[in-house]
Amino acid sequence: MALLEATGIVKSFGKLTALNDAGLVVSENEFHGLIGPNGSGKSTLMKCVAGAETPTAGAIRFAGNDITGLSPADRARAGMSLKFQITSVFPALTLYDNILLSLQADTSLFGLMLSRSRGALHDQVMTMLEQFRLVHRAHEAAATLSHGQQQWLEIAMALAARPRLLLLDEPTGGMSLEERRVTGDLLQPIKSHCSLVIVEHDLDFIRDICDRLTVLDQGQVLATGSVADIQANSKVQEVYLRRA
Amino acid sequence: MMQIARTAPAKSAGAQRWAVLPFLEIGALVVALVLPLLLQDYLTVFATRVLILAIFAVSFDLVWGYAGIMSFGQALFFGAGGYGAALLARDLDVVSMLLILPAGIIIGLVFALFVGGFLLLGRHPASVIFVALGTLTGAYAADRLARGWYYLGGQNGIPSIPPMSLGSYDFTEGPAFYYFVLAILVVTYIGCRFLVRSQFGLALAGLRENEQRIAFFGYKVQHLKLIIFALGGAIAGLGGSLYAFHEGFVWPNILGVVISTQVVLYVLFGGSGTLIGAIIGAVVIEGVSFWLSDNYREIWPIILGGLLLLVILFRPSGLVSLLLSERERVGSFGRPPKGGHRGSS
Ligand SMILES: Nc1ncnc2c1ncn2[C@@H]1O[C@H](COP(=O)(O)OP(=O)(O)OP(=O)(O)O)[C@@H](O)[C@H]1O
Ligand SMILES: [Mg+2]
Repeated sequence: MALLEATGIVKSFGKLTALNDAGLVVSENEFHGLIGPNGSGKSTLMKCVAGAETPTAGAIRFAGNDITGLSPADRARAGMSLKFQITSVFPALTLYDNILLSLQADTSLFGLMLSRSRGALHDQVMTMLEQFRLVHRAHEAAATLSHGQQQWLEIAMALAARPRLLLLDEPTGGMSLEERRVTGDLLQPIKSHCSLVIVEHDLDFIRDICDRLTVLDQGQVLATGSVADIQANSKVQEVYLRRA
Repeated sequence: MMQIARTAPAKSAGAQRWAVLPFLEIGALVVALVLPLLLQDYLTVFATRVLILAIFAVSFDLVWGYAGIMSFGQALFFGAGGYGAALLARDLDVVSMLLILPAGIIIGLVFALFVGGFLLLGRHPASVIFVALGTLTGAYAADRLARGWYYLGGQNGIPSIPPMSLGSYDFTEGPAFYYFVLAILVVTYIGCRFLVRSQFGLALAGLRENEQRIAFFGYKVQHLKLIIFALGGAIAGLGGSLYAFHEGFVWPNILGVVISTQVVLYVLFGGSGTLIGAIIGAVVIEGVSFWLSDNYREIWPIILGGLLLLVILFRPSGLVSLLLSERERVGSFGRPPKGGHRGSS
């Protein structure tokens, strides 16, 4: 059974139809690439899945439950985690506290007041920072990081909550080639416990890490399938050649 | 990796050495403790009033400075506590401190839960402007209501409130009342400090900086806001009940827009998002106004206004930012586990 099943998603902004009967199916432990030209609706589809936008029509099922009407917080509690296209770390807080903020989200408010989970989460915070090569700056403000490092911090924050589905919208935007490579390495190990939907313009990067792809064009799914199938698909080639 | 982890605490320990906040706090406490010994009685009365306003300022700072909620009608809760205490004394002859202060807290809490429930709850997060105007309107309406309502004494308010008592002791204005208010301020301060430095405080920092983002972590943002708003209301109510008994009367102004704005200025001037800043702001603004109004009878409001503008223009993080770094103001929330071998600050 699929972990995520979004079907018949329509999203209109006034007269503009950003998504027109789009869909997305992702299985457990699958890395799924969402590609398409600028403005094709990739971010909008991600937001509909995570609950940042309410679709005009369509249904979203996650882990067997209909989540179409759930709030973002409830979706997060169900195991979804989103990194927005626009980086949104907490610049004034230390890296350590950025991660802790994400990790402690399911401690009760009363528990938070008494700082009940502070000690227990310490090792997890440090592990995340180590994994993302940020541990030496644990106690500096996030604002002092380079753009690429901020993206890593955000991925670390999104992953810290141990989601079942991670949604990443252009995580490598503004990164150097080397940083991109490292990002790929950082994402590989999560496959054992997490599915991934990733939006990227860097097709080489997508090819390297994804199992399956969905191609959007003008709010509709142009094709979906294995990486090899998509590469061989003539309609897809046409769209990319037309825009290139 | 372990080695890398061990270098972290060394660094933060270095940062700790430069911490100025504890010095500021202890310094302020020492000054507050010796003050009545140096002041004439009428000035001690004035200083007591300022400390009560400082409690009020802390309540607003929690809500605005820490949680980013624009509660521009905070006097509603202060005034409600004050009127509630006054009515208890007038109509039910209740003057025992052990009843009055809890009553002030509960009245502030209930009013804030009511107003906050209306303004902050809902499927979609309330906009900043909606909350700012909603609270402001609340204070304005309460002020008008009190002015027109005979039961609340109309324009004149409720005069001749008897002194608050503890057992057979009556607290009349003077050094005893001063130290009593100081003790309450200190307890409130310590409680709030504990809260804003807890993991809950980290959640508040997240709320303040990016409300939408923490919703995507799974935080119940509305609940978080309502809790801090209610707590702010409770503290304001406590301040209001003290004010009523210290002054011996209440009148509609303590509910209204003017004192709501005043508390915004205290916090802005002293430094929002630091509890000590709220207190310093209240003390400095009230102290300077007092001195100016004595020495420059006509033009003192203009001088005060100019001074406020200068600070807000050149020190947007308030007076305390002269001493306190931005990093220390925001603070760190992570702690190593007790007895743990690895650490962070
Ligand atoms: N909040 C909004 N209001 C109005 N129009 C919007 C909004 N969000 C997106 N759109 C429009 O919807 C369409 C799809 O936008 P979307 O951001 O999903 O594209 P995208 O595939 O992510 O593009 P990119 O590759 O540039 O990030 C665009 O035409 C965009 O202008
Ligand atoms: Mg996009």
